[in-house]
Amino acid sequence: MADKAATTPGSNRPSLELHVPEPKFRPGDAVDFGHIAIPSAEGQKRPDEASEPRDLSEYPYGLVRVLGDDDRAHGEWDPKLDPETLRTMLRNMALVRAFDERMFRGQRQGKTSFYMKCTGEEATSVAAAMALASDDMVFPSYRQQGILITRGYDLVEMINQIYSNKGDKLLGRQLPIMYSSREHSFFSISGNLATQTPQAVGWAMASAIKRDSRIAATWVGEGSTAEGDFHSACTFATVYNAPVILNVINNQWAISSFSGFAGAERTTFAARALGYGLAGLRVDGNDALAVYAAQAWAANRARANGGPTLIEYFTYRAEGHSTSDDPSGYRSATEREEWPLGDPINRLKKHLIAIGEWDEERQAEMDREAAERVKAATKEAEKNGILGHGMHHPFRTMFQDVYEELPWHLKEQAEQARHEREVKWPEGKPE
Amino acid sequence: MSTEVKEALATSNGTERRLNMIEAINEALDIMLARDPDVIIMGEDVGYFGGVFRCTAGLQEKHGKTRVFDTPISECGIIGVAVGMGAYGLRPVPEIQFADYIYPGLDQLISEAARLRYRSATEFIAPMTVRSPFGGGIFGGQTHSQSPEALFTHVSGLKTVIPSTPYDAKGLLIAAIEDNDPVIFFEPKRIYNGPFSGYYDKPVEPWKRHDASVVPEDYYRIPLGKARTVREGDALTILTYGTMVHVAEAVCREKGCDADILDLRTLVPLDIEAIEASVEKTGRCLIVHEATRTSGFGAELSALVTERCFYHLEAPVERVTGFDTPYPHSLEWAYFPGPVRIGEAIDKILSE
Repeated sequence: MADKAATTPGSNRPSLELHVPEPKFRPGDAVDFGHIAIPSAEGQKRPDEASEPRDLSEYPYGLVRVLGDDDRAHGEWDPKLDPETLRTMLRNMALVRAFDERMFRGQRQGKTSFYMKCTGEEATSVAAAMALASDDMVFPSYRQQGILITRGYDLVEMINQIYSNKGDKLLGRQLPIMYSSREHSFFSISGNLATQTPQAVGWAMASAIKRDSRIAATWVGEGSTAEGDFHSACTFATVYNAPVILNVINNQWAISSFSGFAGAERTTFAARALGYGLAGLRVDGNDALAVYAAQAWAANRARANGGPTLIEYFTYRAEGHSTSDDPSGYRSATEREEWPLGDPINRLKKHLIAIGEWDEERQAEMDREAAERVKAATKEAEKNGILGHGMHHPFRTMFQDVYEELPWHLKEQAEQARHEREVKWPEGKPE
Repeated sequence: MSTEVKEALATSNGTERRLNMIEAINEALDIMLARDPDVIIMGEDVGYFGGVFRCTAGLQEKHGKTRVFDTPISECGIIGVAVGMGAYGLRPVPEIQFADYIYPGLDQLISEAARLRYRSATEFIAPMTVRSPFGGGIFGGQTHSQSPEALFTHVSGLKTVIPSTPYDAKGLLIAAIEDNDPVIFFEPKRIYNGPFSGYYDKPVEPWKRHDASVVPEDYYRIPLGKARTVREGDALTILTYGTMVHVAEAVCREKGCDADILDLRTLVPLDIEAIEASVEKTGRCLIVHEATRTSGFGAELSALVTERCFYHLEAPVERVTGFDTPYPHSLEWAYFPGPVRIGEAIDKILSE
């Protein structure tokens, strides 16, 4: 070093160090989430929906909560939902979980190629969807199956899509879980992350251009907020005061990368709102009532031309990223049970029990019903076939809808595909 | 005056007006804004200022700020937002100031706009037209001269359109806006104000001396996917588009070459019938484009002609293109596929 110091210009300056974030716990580590500040649900203030973003600067650093440790609803954020609505919310979340369980098993049984659960995050789609009007347009990522289920989408249709069978209304073109339902104001899911965020803003701008009353909402994982599209979405949302809600699901993990790789070591995702001049809220994502309340607050704001809101839902991805992922390779197995915000279904259940509107027997019955419903839907969908068993849409549909009309080159390629089929199955094969 | 122009004039009020390409584009946008309340124009500097090339001049004042407006400098945002507007039911016409700057929007174009109809099985579509000035010959250097059409012709689900005259620019742009598929509409900025012979040291020839500057005032459309015969001949077929249509035409005129020149106008879907008919007639084919050579659209054209017209060919298919380098500033005219390169290629093909 002495030689180097003597000969290298600038060597009297300190050497620089690259900081590479590292999660607190790796496989085998004991987990202690004591560093996460969890404010009390009691006494939380709910700002006026017409507030200026700059007057909301504390909210992106706080944590909106309604359900306290006593399982009761507290504070100004309590949406004061009637018990029937709460039971519907609980039932929707239970159905999503039962659906995930069965579809995951279906993938393991070889009925489909792929599946992604949303375990632990059910509130962030179910409760949020319940706070929106059914014709508000949602631009989800791949982990918001709770919205479809809340909006009453047919489970058989969902499973048909997962199996890519002859009942799949997306004609077997899309990877499982990349649903689309215009009828349910649920935008076509893309594999490309965060692309839906500026699209949601554009939809909201269109609604405003046409003097409509509908608003848009989009969901994106905390990992995907690092994409350039998210920056574009925030910029356009604020510039045009678009009636849109930008929901960031911070479930701590983007496949194997902890949230630190999206910038979480030094700030919150809700705090991104401040730099854009957006209203920003940070919310307990496992508190279904807080999720509902925050989404309703943002929806009211957007509907009154008050502009866009960015909401960070602080939650935990309880399972692997997908059926192709094994989280034991990168994180401690005990994180899930140590997660300080608990489980959204359990918390809502305990709340309903605490207010005398529910009990364990009814819960068990509800879970049984959900499992039965999913099982029946699965059987029904399997009549249309499972992946790889030949019950798919006719091969010619592969060429349709690339364009509105089939151009000459696709006609020629479709003819080639038909010919290949004749060579492979000279005695004929059903389409 | 071409038959097409005469026919169009016959169906309009018959007034003969001469417009340059900028005015023709402006008129197409004006007509579509008036005809369809779902048409929205947006992009950097397109609103109050009327665009850096004046293509949207006066449109915001006439149609209002919610129909024609300025955007943040974000191509990804402009195109992403347009996809969302299309999903709502609008017909957005976003502008990308230079084709060289379309790349931040590529993910939205390739992964989203192009695939939306297919992946949603027609539940959602992206009926948008992305207008963007492209091409060189203006001392634009590396980032104001590129011809990236081959990046888009390679994407299934996109249509790519390139006009070469004011008459075509208006008719093709109207057709593109009305098309329910996403269209990339590249405007050759070298010929915004007048056709170009390839001789950069000669004064610019204004559009008003060119037949195709007669632009009917009314609505008319030129179907996408149809080539235009620029001149008819028997010696060889020249397949080209954009600025190079005029350069190739000038070279043929100068050399007295009896070429059959096809202005492709739409690259996808391509007018394969017109190409086959011409090459079968002439037996020789030259492809001319400004874009770089390797994997350029000329490679696709050459392959198609070879595959489909092989037994009619009397000489190998030739390509005259830009070199495989970034577009240079000071050496622009050494890079540009001008009269010498085209002339020698014609001589070579005719000598086989």
